[in-house]
Amino acid sequence: MVPLLYFQLLGAALFGIGFYGVLARRSAVLIVLSIELMLNAVNINLIAAASYLNGTGRFAAFDGQIIAIFVITVAAAEVGLAFAIILRMYRNRGTVNVDEINLLKW
Amino acid sequence: MALALFTIVAIFTLGGAVGVVATRNVVHAALFLLLSLLGAAGAYLLLFAEFLALVQVLIYGGAVTIVVLFAVMLTRSSEYPRITDNKQWPLGLITATVLAVVLGAAFWLAPDVAAEPQAPAFTELGAALFTKWALPFEIASLVLLVALIGAIIIARTQTVTAQADTPAEGEG
Repeated sequence: MVPLLYFQLLGAALFGIGFYGVLARRSAVLIVLSIELMLNAVNINLIAAASYLNGTGRFAAFDGQIIAIFVITVAAAEVGLAFAIILRMYRNRGTVNVDEINLLKW
Repeated sequence: MALALFTIVAIFTLGGAVGVVATRNVVHAALFLLLSLLGAAGAYLLLFAEFLALVQVLIYGGAVTIVVLFAVMLTRSSEYPRITDNKQWPLGLITATVLAVVLGAAFWLAPDVAAEPQAPAFTELGAALFTKWALPFEIASLVLLVALIGAIIIARTQTVTAQADTPAEGEG
């Protein structure tokens, strides 16, 4: 049997990698992919907590899984909207690199 | 046995994630993301969350990866094969490592739970979703609808607006 801690450490590592991607990448497409990694790290934590802490303490049955469903829903909406914005950005500016989109920079 | 499976799943998930942030090719990054997301689905299976694993494969493995590949195709420019990272990437690496270590330490120091993972029934999950969580569920559907209509309006080309003969709409 795998301890809960292993899943939590997996989530922490995945979140760290996604965070690095958001900070280091220039292409907006790759930044969105990194955000997806971070959302998945959160989901792994939520589902691990739902399975191991089910019914103990203040946790009602499987609340974590239901919150994970909402996270997936919002992630899907976010991906659709983000790529629409990236597409418009590419048509208007000819680039998807976030450091070249400096129209609002003072 | 479970530990061996967990190790395989963790290697897939973290290896795919490292591929996403390290590769120089955007299409490869999208395929690495698919690998990582399928690894996460395997982790859900190890946690007995079969429904979430199914949803993960359907929504992430299917829909999100396809949307990503379409976005890569439509924004393909000559610079893609030699994309570069920010100049500040070492600082980002340090920050991300510190964040991961702090998160891991917080989990490490938390009181241990000696519980077995439990398998919820599909019916329980559905009942909770449509009774206790009914209002958030409806709001989530509204969020999806608004986001997708917004995405269509934002991504629509200028020529379509002109053909529709509605000058008042302007930028769209």
